[in-house]
Amino acid sequence: MSIQVKNLTHIYSPGMPDEQVALEDVSFSVADGEVVGVIGHTGSGKSTMLQHLNGLLKPSSGTIVVGDVDITEKGVAMREIRKRVGLVFQYPEYQLFEETVALDVAFGPKNLGLDEDEIEKRVRAAIKEVGLDYEKIKDRSPFELSGGQKRRVAIAGVIAMMPEVLILDEPTAGLDPGAHEEILKMIERIHENSGNIIIFVSHNMGDVARLSDKVLVMDDGHLVLSGTPTEVFSKKDELKAIGLSVPPVTNLMQQLHDRGLDIDPDKLNLDEAEEELVRYLQRTKIND
Amino acid sequence: MIRDITLGQYYSSDSIIHRLDARLKIVASVLFIVELFVVNNFWGFCLCALALAVVVKVSKVPFKFIMRGMKPILMILLFTFCLNMFMVPGHVIFHIGFLKLTSEGLYTAVFMAIRLILLIIGTSLLTFTTKPINLTDGIENLLTPLCKIGVPTHELAMMMSIALRFIPTLLEETDKIMKAQQARGADFETGNLIARAKALIPILVPLFVSAFRIAQELAMAMEARCYKGGKGRTRMHQLKLGKADYVSAVLMTAFFAVIICMRIFM
Amino acid sequence: MENMIRIENLTFEYMHDEEGEEQVVLKNLNLEIKKGSFTAILGRNGSGKSTLAKNMNGLLLPTGGAVYVKNWNTSDQETIWDVRQAAGMVFQNPDNQLVSSIVEDDVAFGPENLGVDPEDIRKRVDKALSSVNMGKFRRKSPHMLSGGQKQRIAIAGVVAMKPECIIFDEATAMLDPKGREEIMYIVKELNEEGITVICITHFMDEAVQADRIIVLEQGEILLDGTPREVFAQEEVLIEANLELPLAVDLAGRLRKRGINVPEDIINVEGLVDYICRYK
Repeated sequence: MSIQVKNLTHIYSPGMPDEQVALEDVSFSVADGEVVGVIGHTGSGKSTMLQHLNGLLKPSSGTIVVGDVDITEKGVAMREIRKRVGLVFQYPEYQLFEETVALDVAFGPKNLGLDEDEIEKRVRAAIKEVGLDYEKIKDRSPFELSGGQKRRVAIAGVIAMMPEVLILDEPTAGLDPGAHEEILKMIERIHENSGNIIIFVSHNMGDVARLSDKVLVMDDGHLVLSGTPTEVFSKKDELKAIGLSVPPVTNLMQQLHDRGLDIDPDKLNLDEAEEELVRYLQRTKIND
Repeated sequence: MIRDITLGQYYSSDSIIHRLDARLKIVASVLFIVELFVVNNFWGFCLCALALAVVVKVSKVPFKFIMRGMKPILMILLFTFCLNMFMVPGHVIFHIGFLKLTSEGLYTAVFMAIRLILLIIGTSLLTFTTKPINLTDGIENLLTPLCKIGVPTHELAMMMSIALRFIPTLLEETDKIMKAQQARGADFETGNLIARAKALIPILVPLFVSAFRIAQELAMAMEARCYKGGKGRTRMHQLKLGKADYVSAVLMTAFFAVIICMRIFM
Repeated sequence: MENMIRIENLTFEYMHDEEGEEQVVLKNLNLEIKKGSFTAILGRNGSGKSTLAKNMNGLLLPTGGAVYVKNWNTSDQETIWDVRQAAGMVFQNPDNQLVSSIVEDDVAFGPENLGVDPEDIRKRVDKALSSVNMGKFRRKSPHMLSGGQKQRIAIAGVVAMKPECIIFDEATAMLDPKGREEIMYIVKELNEEGITVICITHFMDEAVQADRIIVLEQGEILLDGTPREVFAQEEVLIEANLELPLAVDLAGRLRKRGINVPEDIINVEGLVDYICRYK
């Protein structure tokens, strides 16, 4: 299962005084099982693009092929698209509405027209997948849970639809360091278990570096850079020019490199940075 | 679809009408509504329509924009029209079964329709040319005499002002919730009336919860900024009447006099 | 130096309606915030830090003990408005603090509540807006602004009340990195002008900029000291579901590998400078 986006363009209110080009000629592909991180300043078109991938928005021009279906073709049933692509919005806990957690998570599967047994199976599995205790939580009201728990219930609601592509818009927004780490681990675990494509938007470059196989960089509706995290984050000047930064660790290494140190600046996490610095400092200290 | 709700929205422009005192415009709108119901002949309506057209022109609000706001009202207009056509007793011109179309009915229906259209355009013009904050300030100011008999005018005005301020926020919230539920397969378009009403629950429940949360947070923020009701409160903007306001007031009164005279003598 | 805020044996309990149990959120806290200081209060969600913040300006009242702002007891209804004028607060959600549909009117809201002279309000509003660099947005609708810009308006709204102390209750939690930077810059500027600043946060790179860090966990003060002192306590921080700032983490790791990075290095600049000595 792969995704092909070709020449995607989206114009809001065409022909009106408030016409706005949200996306222009965006093309990229996602291979089976890839984790893709999407970065870009606020207003660069990231959210607009995500909403095209699950059919919520239709392009002004261009095509999107998900698996074997061109979802931009006329007459494609929404149900077909929603089965394949699941989208978790920012602060998804604000969409919870049912009386119990189990009922809320069942909302998606129900809309897919599945039978009772299948729905219960999926709800159970989804709640477990997001790291919550099914028996303890299934009958509780979603509104009395903590923020982190609510978020996980909301994500379970999408996972229960068993999409082949999971899209998450800023999944760690507003969380404290502990909950942040838990959500990241959850995403890693989901990817390990399902092997499906995961696409996520984040402002946290460290998270993007850690999870992604590929990084897409958006600026003003255009896709300006793409590549592996190492490739993308080595282009710090280009990123800075469009208002983006690199992972804090990489930033530190790049600063050292700029000051003339003979080290490899393209380190994306603390472990790598630690090794590189130890190697360097032991070498130079020996020469002291 | 949400972008189409122009009813009650402010249209930014630099015209004399925009710069008039809000209180004057509110009084003018009320007078206009009264005039519309005082008038009872063709010439009266012509005069009102002409006056309205002049004001619309001077306000520089595009006619297309005003018409966009009429779309939601069309159904109600049609309904009232039909109702009036068949409900007024009198000289029957036409009938289908028990529905009798009378000439008086036709007359009433047409007049009512014209009244409604002019009324909506007139009051819309008020909100198009007056910033929400000025509107609520104006209402608060005009209602101050009622304070003396215990009406909480300040609190009412504050409530109105906050409601207006949060309309775009709540619309955005609704949009977000709708999209999130659609992403989970919710369908708001197909099905009969009952099915569609049920389909609204996944939107209304989160929306209400959000609205309550917003209200709570806002109340705390207001208290933190020392809001304690209207007592002892001052205002940065002072409502002052200018030359244009006095001229408009004179024109308004003159027009009103003409309408009254027409009613009495025609 | 005088105390801006004095907290004595503060206990705060919520009635838990489900089981009828009382949930003790703050347990017998004792704390003094000096005038002109920059304090960061760190803690995970549920540690009680937000409850503590709201007790500081009387939005919540103690179940036990007392909170004094400039020697006014927050429980005293007579002086509660003096308390809130002296200790202003900026909240987490930029949108839900803004009362008006026009920027300058929102900034004027505070002074209007205080009964300030209309002409004076005008001056305060202009000054407050320029102090957060939002002067040219004065007639705009907040709806058009970014999160960071909205927060700046919220700050201007508090500054216009001329408080002596400003409490930032997770004011950057909902902003993107750019917005967070903008706000922290203003926070530091305000502190440099003499305003007592208290930042409730869970971002380590913000806390490291303060003079003093207090770590809250389950309603109690776990750690209280300078950033250097607090970040030396790695295990305690991990227990409290917090993390170390990058420089502290990396310096600690290098130390474990035999490189004697000095204990007083707690930020990226310091670490970079230190390592560059070995060119």
